[in-house]
Amino acid sequence: MAERKLRILVGKPGLDGHDRGAKIIARAFRDEGFEVIYTGLHQTPEQIVAAAIQEDVDCIGLSILSGAHNTLLPRVCQLLQEKSAADIKVFGGGVIPEDDIPGLKAAGICEIFTPGTSTEAIAAWVRENVPPRV
Amino acid sequence: MSITDSKQKWNETVVAKNIAKAPERMAEFRTTSDTEMERCFTPEFNYPGYDEQLGFPGQYPYTRGVQPTMYRGRFWTMRQYAGFGTAKESNERYKYLLSAGQTGLSVAFDLPTQMGYDSDAAMSMGEVGKVGVAIDSLADMEMLFDGIPLGQVSTSMTINSTAAILLCMYIAVAEKQGVSADKISGTIQNDILKEYMARGTYIYPPKESMRIITDIFAYCKDFVPKWNTISISGYHIREAGSSAVQEVAFTLADGIAYVDAAIKAGLNVDEFAPRLAFFFNAHNNLLEEVAKFRAARRIWARIMKERFGAKDPKSQMLRFHTQTAGCTLTAQQPDNNIMRVTIQALAAVLGGTQSLHTNSRDEALALPTEDSVRIALRTQQVIAYESGVADSIDPLAGSFLVESMTDQIEKAAMAYIEKIDKLGGAVEAISQGFQQKEIQDSAYAYQKGIESNDLVIVGVNKFTIKDEAAPELLKIKEEVESAQKISLTAMKAKRDEAAVKAALAQLETAARGTDNLMPHILNAVKTYATLGEIANVFRGIFGIHRETVVL
Repeated sequence: MAERKLRILVGKPGLDGHDRGAKIIARAFRDEGFEVIYTGLHQTPEQIVAAAIQEDVDCIGLSILSGAHNTLLPRVCQLLQEKSAADIKVFGGGVIPEDDIPGLKAAGICEIFTPGTSTEAIAAWVRENVPPRV
Repeated sequence: MSITDSKQKWNETVVAKNIAKAPERMAEFRTTSDTEMERCFTPEFNYPGYDEQLGFPGQYPYTRGVQPTMYRGRFWTMRQYAGFGTAKESNERYKYLLSAGQTGLSVAFDLPTQMGYDSDAAMSMGEVGKVGVAIDSLADMEMLFDGIPLGQVSTSMTINSTAAILLCMYIAVAEKQGVSADKISGTIQNDILKEYMARGTYIYPPKESMRIITDIFAYCKDFVPKWNTISISGYHIREAGSSAVQEVAFTLADGIAYVDAAIKAGLNVDEFAPRLAFFFNAHNNLLEEVAKFRAARRIWARIMKERFGAKDPKSQMLRFHTQTAGCTLTAQQPDNNIMRVTIQALAAVLGGTQSLHTNSRDEALALPTEDSVRIALRTQQVIAYESGVADSIDPLAGSFLVESMTDQIEKAAMAYIEKIDKLGGAVEAISQGFQQKEIQDSAYAYQKGIESNDLVIVGVNKFTIKDEAAPELLKIKEEVESAQKISLTAMKAKRDEAAVKAALAQLETAARGTDNLMPHILNAVKTYATLGEIANVFRGIFGIHRETVVL
């Protein structure tokens, strides 16, 4: 049986319209052989979690540059918990100050990638840290 | 006529007339070695096609600049933009800036305000006051401009899908100060096409958005004549990853779409075209950027004259604001960003910009600190007052490289514009995802270039250091959101609900029909109907836009 491809949801939470990074990541993941679902702009945490469950993804990558990360990223983790889907791993990227990272990790975000990180490094992290869900 | 003769004629007529009105900064401009810096250097030999391709500053096709004396008369406007938190906090910052001698304001709005949501809307959670000031109703706008004489300052507002509402609030505040709409001046960005293509703060579908925009053009022509009704923006197209050629091509194609729409709405081209302004990015490749600005001016002049038959020279002049490229700033070794911004700012000045915002070194990390903003402003001042590049107009003209690159950018951009015309114009091409796909391909190639080390980013993929010291960053307090919600609730308790309902109903009727929307928005705003309530009326009738996702 062929190995199941890793399924990743790339999401843009909140009102932030800067999607260059999200789209580059989505495309790089696809080139890496992952299956990618991109939500498009202006998604609430509720919409992102519903899409992730419906699409049966293995992990969620959230891109955010608006400064609302401390509110919106933990909310996604909380909703996954409530829907008994906390095994879907969540990671984030964008303009996120170092100081905020410990709090985000405590809230359940597995990793935060700040500007300048290569798409290869992020893909490598996913391969190492995201086991396909069963 | 030889170039030397033409130049003498230009100096004696156009320049002399201009200087009589506004003298140059100095009687003579000289280098440290006492060599005279001429106003405008020209070849002393036969330069084929000089008049058609270059001409003189302030003359068609405006390749060498839109004013006859350019920075020898007055430097570009150093317009740093600011806004954060609540209206009260931003008001204090503006008063400080004005007391420090600034004559124009530039307002950054938070994302809920840009997207037509009140601070208490579910979609606003976490975003209130973050990237700009939160405005829910006229009450906030009154606070924002409290004690600021709107008859004397000019205000630039970075606002697009809700530009009509914010402009009406501004008009209403001015009226309360006793300043009539024909006395106020400023700019609204109001460029929705680039939002669909690159920046993402759109609400309604393109056709309805274009109606709102042409309503603004028509209303302002009659009632707010000193207002710049649109700033057609390539900046965000470049930030989304386009090349320099794509930036020019897609921006000017948007410009064509606005002019077309306004003409279709019954306006005469020379009635509104002089109030169109542009906004470009200044990226790292210095000489390509200079060529880009020169090419953009020449293309627009030709489009306006030849395609639209514009007669007023002001309709043919491409005036533009520039911002240095935020996307080139790195989180690694942030002080390196100061050098990047310097090169980019220099490109904007050598390219003849009318105003400039220089980014701060820490913007890849957070909103800029006060210290960083000052360094960014000082960068402009050093270029203006110390470098000497502002002492002669269009100093790189005649460079084999720059002229050749200007021609090439013009040619490649025109090829894109023709392609967009064939697809049915900018609006149609955007709905097919054409520009988005082109931009994303460029963005992806750029990123791959960095990752393969073909493109060097100093401090990121070369000359890196371990264990950098963390810089100090600006934080926006989370309390802004709760404070904003409380004042919104208090405002709603005081207003006349019946008047609000009636105004919103009237607005709805207008939106269903073909009336100009502006008087109805103004009426609603004055009853303290909120930004979210007004935007919701339009959402109900116009619907909302969903992007064409192309990866």
